[in-house]
Amino acid sequence: MIREYSAASRLFTAFIYIAVGLFALVTIIPFIHLIAASLTTAEELREKSFILFPRVISWDSYAYILSTNTVLRSMGVTVLITVTGTFVNIAMTTLMAYPLAHKTLLGRDRIMLLVLFTMIFSGGMIPSFILVKQLGMLNTYSSVIIPGAINAFNLIVIKNFFQQLPDGLEESAKMDGASHPYILARIVIPLSLPAIATFSLFYAVGHWNAFLAPILYLNDPDKWPVQVLMRQIVILSQGGVGDATDMGPDFVLPPEQTLKSAVIVFANLPILLVYPFLQKHFAKGVLLGSVKG
Amino acid sequence: MVRMDYWLYLMLLPGLLYFLVFKYIPMWGVLLAFKDYQPFSGFWGSPWVGFKHFERFFTDPSFWILFRNTFIIAFYNLVFFFPLPIIVALMLNEIKNETFKRLAQTFIYVPHFFSWVVISGITYIMLTTEGGIVNQVIEFFGGEKINFLLSENWFRTIITSQAIWKETGWGTIIFLAALAGVDPSLYEAARMDGANRFKQLLHITLPAIRSTIVILLILRLGNFLHLGFEQIYLMLNGMNRDVGEIFDTYIYTNGIQRGLFSYTTAVGLFNSLVGLVLIVISNKLAKKFGEEGVY
Repeated sequence: MIREYSAASRLFTAFIYIAVGLFALVTIIPFIHLIAASLTTAEELREKSFILFPRVISWDSYAYILSTNTVLRSMGVTVLITVTGTFVNIAMTTLMAYPLAHKTLLGRDRIMLLVLFTMIFSGGMIPSFILVKQLGMLNTYSSVIIPGAINAFNLIVIKNFFQQLPDGLEESAKMDGASHPYILARIVIPLSLPAIATFSLFYAVGHWNAFLAPILYLNDPDKWPVQVLMRQIVILSQGGVGDATDMGPDFVLPPEQTLKSAVIVFANLPILLVYPFLQKHFAKGVLLGSVKG
Repeated sequence: MVRMDYWLYLMLLPGLLYFLVFKYIPMWGVLLAFKDYQPFSGFWGSPWVGFKHFERFFTDPSFWILFRNTFIIAFYNLVFFFPLPIIVALMLNEIKNETFKRLAQTFIYVPHFFSWVVISGITYIMLTTEGGIVNQVIEFFGGEKINFLLSENWFRTIITSQAIWKETGWGTIIFLAALAGVDPSLYEAARMDGANRFKQLLHITLPAIRSTIVILLILRLGNFLHLGFEQIYLMLNGMNRDVGEIFDTYIYTNGIQRGLFSYTTAVGLFNSLVGLVLIVISNKLAKKFGEEGVY
């Protein structure tokens, strides 16, 4: 490499570092503020306008949230939906991707067309709602899991990934008398673990963050996942965190801003915790395959 | 070899069934737009009414408000949001300090993984007039508080800024991948010929990511009207509905909440058809410009 030392070039480099640095800071500061606001005390909130690092850390708002049933129950619902939903997603997607990865499969092109068409046209919200209702799934957890069981884009990417595996593997397994389910379970899936892990995470984040399907299909507040509850508490300032059961008599409710921030941070701890793992994989996952193929 | 493949068809069955039931039956269900849906008579028993709902929709003044709002927000997204991931990816590509680059990337990808509820929640907490930091900073500098959340003037700005904040970093990934594929010897050759950095950008880097840009632009044009229900719905309130209501939120409030199933199915069908036409047109355009297109 020839290095450039011209003044203009160095100025350009400096500009890029500052611009990217600023953009990164602007992106992350709201989150830091959120965490700081959730840990701050009432006095500090009154004094200062802009809190990034609270002087005195107070866990009161978290203690309060943990002492109520509302947030924990909806977190439980979300965990249940996320775990079962992701399992259904991956099972359905790989099961369909495997046969489609066989170029010799009769009718394969037609099925692919059928799948692709769903990516550009859909019946829309109301016909889907009526279908779910008539299937008797309204207000059951299956309504937020089954109608989204396969994501067409993910299916195509996983299918492309399966196609890239060497044909010889399957042939030699067949020679040994292996059936397709055996080949899928014992050869193809183990070899595709990085891809499957990536898409499991994508599907899981999708379930954790889902808002539209729950508000469409789940009307019983006891069945609300945490996103719907968060909207009530943070955006509508309704419903409240509510029903504290075991706080002492001298307990003072933390300020509203602090409480709201704490609810958001708490409800998203799982995502914050898997983020480093996610980050390692997603770039690869996104680029595993293109829409074509 | 079809006999050998019966397992393959058996494995295909659940997925196929899924697509037929949950994707194709609702497509068939759009026929509700031409009926007067009565819950007790069901889909088959409800009477046909022809284009009644479409006539009502197209003559309703709210149609033009929805059309205008959807179009303007989509246009803002295209003009202000679309170029940003490209610019940020180009800048990241120029950064040679790996630690700095990785740290910046870690930060800018983060918001993508949070829900619109979280993004809206943070927006509310930051912009509220009751202790939100943005208004406190404005007051600190002697300004007047602005009620961002209930303001018609700020709605589109907030929506576009949210989209930029949430998805710009994520959007850079695909461009960075395209940039990583550029042969470094091209730059060296260009430098030998005396090209400065701007000229290298113009003649090597941009042509290298041209087809990625075009494909993503087509995808975006094709999804022009699909603004995402969640983001808009969460930011809507009584004060900003006139500038913020879009087709999707209108369908939800009038269809699901008020039970106007047939009428909102007609609205949804119109929205889907416009989307389909946009995808077909933009794909044709791409092919005309010598790109491969999406399908």
